[in-house]
Amino acid sequence: MSITIRALLGACAVSALAIAASAETITIATVNNGDMIRMQGLTDDFTAKTGIDVEWVTLEENVLRQRVTTDITTKGGQFDIMTIGMYEAPIWGANGWLVALDDLSAEYDVEDILPAMRNGLSHDGTLYAAPFYGESSMVMYRTDLMEKAGLTMPEAPTWEFIREAAKAMTDRDHDINGICLRGKAGWGEGGAFITVLANSFGARWFDMDWRAQFDQPEWKEALTFFVGMMKESGPAGYATNGFNENLSLFQQGKCGMWIDATVAASFVTNPKESTVADKVGFALAPNHEGVDKRANWLWAWALAIPAGTKKEEAAKKFIEWATSKEYLALVASKEGWANVPPGTRKSLYENPEYAKIDFAQMTMKSILLADPQHCCVKPVPYVGIQFVAIPEFAGIATEVSQEFSAVYAGQQSVDEALAKAQALTTDAMEAAGY
Amino acid sequence: MARAVTTRRKTVNTALAWMVAVIIFFPILWIVVLSFKTEGDAIKAPLEVLSAPWTVESYAVVQERSDYIKHFSNSLILSLGSTFLGLLVAVPAAWSMAFVPSRRTKDILMWMLSTKMLPAVGVLYPIYLLFIELGLLDTRVGLVIVLMLINLPIIVWMLYTYFREIPGEILEAARMDGAGLRQEILYVLTPMAVPGIASTVLLNVILAWNEAFWTLILTAANAGPLTAFIASYSSPEGLFYAKLSAASTMAIAPILILGWFSQKQLVRGLTFGAVK
Repeated sequence: MSITIRALLGACAVSALAIAASAETITIATVNNGDMIRMQGLTDDFTAKTGIDVEWVTLEENVLRQRVTTDITTKGGQFDIMTIGMYEAPIWGANGWLVALDDLSAEYDVEDILPAMRNGLSHDGTLYAAPFYGESSMVMYRTDLMEKAGLTMPEAPTWEFIREAAKAMTDRDHDINGICLRGKAGWGEGGAFITVLANSFGARWFDMDWRAQFDQPEWKEALTFFVGMMKESGPAGYATNGFNENLSLFQQGKCGMWIDATVAASFVTNPKESTVADKVGFALAPNHEGVDKRANWLWAWALAIPAGTKKEEAAKKFIEWATSKEYLALVASKEGWANVPPGTRKSLYENPEYAKIDFAQMTMKSILLADPQHCCVKPVPYVGIQFVAIPEFAGIATEVSQEFSAVYAGQQSVDEALAKAQALTTDAMEAAGY
Repeated sequence: MARAVTTRRKTVNTALAWMVAVIIFFPILWIVVLSFKTEGDAIKAPLEVLSAPWTVESYAVVQERSDYIKHFSNSLILSLGSTFLGLLVAVPAAWSMAFVPSRRTKDILMWMLSTKMLPAVGVLYPIYLLFIELGLLDTRVGLVIVLMLINLPIIVWMLYTYFREIPGEILEAARMDGAGLRQEILYVLTPMAVPGIASTVLLNVILAWNEAFWTLILTAANAGPLTAFIASYSSPEGLFYAKLSAASTMAIAPILILGWFSQKQLVRGLTFGAVK
């Protein structure tokens, strides 16, 4: 065989290998959040570095949950990476549904991920999902309205101050509500908010023997306080308001204060979307006077690999790229530091450029204050702050939050709702064998 | 005098009909309006929304981010494919039920309809497992079959109703002239039932086009139709009303246009045999 023919055959083999390598495609299921959209736009950088193509399947949050649960439990193998939350990661990891992320490269620097995030996405010390962006909750308030009311927001307010301030800022004639909060039924919507509020009043979902605690005075005090404050200063129809509805109200200048996910800070301060972008201040989520627990949660949207995927290595490469320090720098170089996915890495908060962003420090403080291992004043047998990391929780909490939303809509009393919540939670937990 | 009353009644009825039509159509109209606004303007109060400047910004973003043509062709293939496949099964089935009924025909018809009352999620796992086994997940072939099965009861019922209007004697005459079963259905029955078949096709294309449970659950990156295209613009954390509206407008426009031009057939199809 002549040298020319050998060279040609060799070239063919190399190009065939190159084609095979570039032909690898991973499929990622995700939600349509701003940071995820940005990631989709930057995927070319990953493909250029690794030769791996990426296909995106973007779905509505609840459809995504149903879709990935169906796929994962039947080993359908439709997705190589899926976006899941802090509630699912430890439960699915324990079930053996996810690939353990325990062999990430040294350059990835897993130790740089905030401990609260790492712990929340692990089961028995093994990481099952890498946080793409993390969030806590905090107070976002209108500095102009606060000034007009003659008040100054402390960095760490109490609920009592928030209620007084809300009353003072409310101006129904000009369509301004002192405070906008979630009332919408759903464990991740109003359910999450009322749980952290109750935590800050000293309440808890279960005692150490897994008995429901809605018959305890702390829950009654918390729910009564919430309903009273919203009646005085909340928007009409708040029983159906969730994150997006309140975001819309706040951006239109119809809320004096809004306590919600820290990720909202970048939306309300964006002059393209918000009419009050230059008049927003931030404070820690409140606590009830005399209770040493603030009403802030902890959540992460994370990337996980379903067990059974045939493209585990490629999927790991993508996760290492999307949740790396380099990715944060890439976003910053293209769209500025304010648009970097927040709340996952210590190094981001040590970056002097990022420290200049108004809400960055408050976000970091809020995340550091949240401890999923110790959600409540009293001891609890579970992990999680605004959720209880057991498979039964989503169903139970959705029903409980429906009862609470009925109170917000004026369809039943606080006592009736708590009695129903106690009964349905007790029944469900007994049926589940607790 | 009597004429005057009739005119008044006509005016009132027309006004009422227009009012109902406007109320029903308003959400769609509002989606179209929002799709031509910026995200910032789309969340404003209705009057402010109307006075805000018009823009095609959202359409540009949607066009850039999503492959509309791919989703559109999937929708087209799924709706036409499932309807055509459904007709292949339903025409002979409806023929036998209409012209050679047995004692159990009524029961079979009722049973077929009763499958429509089953919540889809109840058969999610069996169907999903079957799809994995047969390698049909995220394929157009798989979805065409599922959508055909979902709509089959309606196709059979509609065709059965039309066929019953056709005098059996004509088919008998064809048989006496030596037509076989295939010829009888293809060359005698089908041409006479063309208006009915056309309405059935139209309605089922629309139903398949709008199906948004199986088309979301059984697809991933390849076979997703326009329902998946719309779903990808719904967000749990972020307001993308303008983009969501633009995506929705692009998804419903083809079927809206089809419905507009074929409304006579549709109305005729839906009311055929209703008044005896």
